[in-house]
Amino acid sequence: MLIKRRTFLKAGAAAGTLPLLGKTAAADEFKAGYVYVGPIGDFGYSYQHDQGRLAADKALGVKSTYVEKVPEGADAERVIRSLADDGHKIIFTTSFGFMDATLKVARDYPDIYFEHATGYKRADNMATYNIRFYEGRYIQGVIAGMMSKAGVVGYIGSIPIPEVIMGMNAFILGMRSVNPQGKIKQVFINSWYDPGKEADAAKALLDQGADIVAQHTDSPAPLQVAAERGLKGFGQASDMIKFAPNAQLTSSIDQWDNYYIDRTKAAMDGTWKTGDTWGGLKAGMLKMANYANMPDDVRKAAIATEQGIRDGKIVIFKGPINAQDGSAKVAAGQTLNDGDIASMNWLAEGVEGDLPK
Amino acid sequence: MDSAVFVSVILSVISAATPLLLAATGELVAEKSGVLNLGVEGMMLVGAVVGFAVTLTTGSAFLGIVAAAFGGALMALIFSVLTLTLLANQVATGLALTIFGIGLAAMMGASFVGQPVDKLPSLYLPLLTDLPIVGRILFGQDGLVYFSFVALGGTIWFLFHSHAGLVLRAVGDSHDAAHAIGYPVIAIRYGAALFGGAMSGLGGAYLSLSYTPMWAEDMTAGRGWIALALVVFATWRPLRLLLGAYLFGGITILQFHVQTMGLGIPAQFVSMLPYLATIVVLVVISTDRSKIRLNAPACLGRAFHVTG
Repeated sequence: MLIKRRTFLKAGAAAGTLPLLGKTAAADEFKAGYVYVGPIGDFGYSYQHDQGRLAADKALGVKSTYVEKVPEGADAERVIRSLADDGHKIIFTTSFGFMDATLKVARDYPDIYFEHATGYKRADNMATYNIRFYEGRYIQGVIAGMMSKAGVVGYIGSIPIPEVIMGMNAFILGMRSVNPQGKIKQVFINSWYDPGKEADAAKALLDQGADIVAQHTDSPAPLQVAAERGLKGFGQASDMIKFAPNAQLTSSIDQWDNYYIDRTKAAMDGTWKTGDTWGGLKAGMLKMANYANMPDDVRKAAIATEQGIRDGKIVIFKGPINAQDGSAKVAAGQTLNDGDIASMNWLAEGVEGDLPK
Repeated sequence: MDSAVFVSVILSVISAATPLLLAATGELVAEKSGVLNLGVEGMMLVGAVVGFAVTLTTGSAFLGIVAAAFGGALMALIFSVLTLTLLANQVATGLALTIFGIGLAAMMGASFVGQPVDKLPSLYLPLLTDLPIVGRILFGQDGLVYFSFVALGGTIWFLFHSHAGLVLRAVGDSHDAAHAIGYPVIAIRYGAALFGGAMSGLGGAYLSLSYTPMWAEDMTAGRGWIALALVVFATWRPLRLLLGAYLFGGITILQFHVQTMGLGIPAQFVSMLPYLATIVVLVVISTDRSKIRLNAPACLGRAFHVTG
């Protein structure tokens, strides 16, 4: 069922005036609600969440509602509240900026289960979940380290939050594991999704001497730029090989399917418990797109790295790690715990340029 | 900066400026006739999705571009019927047109998400295109880039060197006087508004077929508003429009180079510059009334009601 925000709010208001009717209708079936920050047509982050929703609907025969393009802010709370009012038993809010709104609504509706992606605030009826995207970025770094002739990768960042910073650091650690001189040139475009700006940033980075493009933004535009110049790059969130059949090396693909199926099922049979799930390659929440457009030895190294992360033989944020200015950040033998990773606000050695302030 | 990088930066600037120039040229003509259509963003999006859809389904980029122009013009037709025939408020209708266009384009484009299309072919002339530096810049662009210049030149000629252009400007400056002399004010405004819509559609098509050859929701990302600002920035003079579009485009590209080169200038400040410049221009032209009277259409945004 597709409901745009505006009509949805109207429907919510109408349901509010007829509370009895709303309740009897809702009692018959289990309904799940999803709140997306972007359009499901972004072919990236929100698109992958929606694929997860569809998988859960199909597996469990659940009726779900989604609301797309919800701004992070006051609007989000209204949307979440309307979903709660409307009899949805489990509500997934899929962007960092929905955190406080979700928590507020969760306190008012103790009987409804809330699931917030990429955040850190929890309650008895509000769990958090996230993917260890940085694992995929480490593999990308290894590939880039072996493939880049210049030893310079152009990295398009979105917004300088820990999620993006840990990805950038994981990338340079992977890159330097095979090429100790490897460098990242980075640019932040201050948006998750703006194909034109992403393309412009990619062009600027390639003009500045990078010969591989990596991105933490959601459109295939940077890959297209790389392809046009006969260079290589990495997709984001979904498999973007169609847009650049000769340029995409791999892509970290978000796999929300199993999580949505498990959690919805738990909510249906009453076994739902709050908690924090942060799964990566091992948990099957992250998948790498086919390793393409690379020589065999690079492919083998990529596969070995992926296997190493899965087995726990490769621990990405393990010392010694130097900060950007060369000072020791993580001592040899030390490993960052999840809390340290989740709040990362420093760049590792090899990343050029400051974080936007 | 070696010459290859220089060429590449110039090429990036051209592609950043072209959609702005196309849309702004159309809006300038519409405004010169007294029609203030704030729906540029919506018209561009409809042009982008129509151009993409037709190119993908027919395999012909030319048909796609023509269809994009029609798509934009159709949006402008809705606007014109509402504001020129039914005399609705132009500002409110234009804003509504943008919101409508965003939704309409998203709906039409839903099945085209995630599909690639070939980039518009670039001109290739043996020898000329291979010239160092100027070769690719002058002789290696795609059709819409050349068309943006042709359209601008045509607009200058039309507005300032043809009788029809004089009439159009007269309608924009004083619709009552133009009407009294016997010119069909409404029909002329329809024509100008439709031209504006068609050019916005082409600007959108440039985005979805050349800039980033794909369809994605909201892919104009505010460029329609920049085009509107450009018309004011240019004080309704086509040549200044060209300057403005390339200045905006240049700054778009420059902000990323500033970031990567670590010059210590905050990138946010650089990306603010064009808007600051627009505000400064607005202030300057507003303090000097003679400058406004010289170029701004006196009847801009005012409804014309036929009396007597």
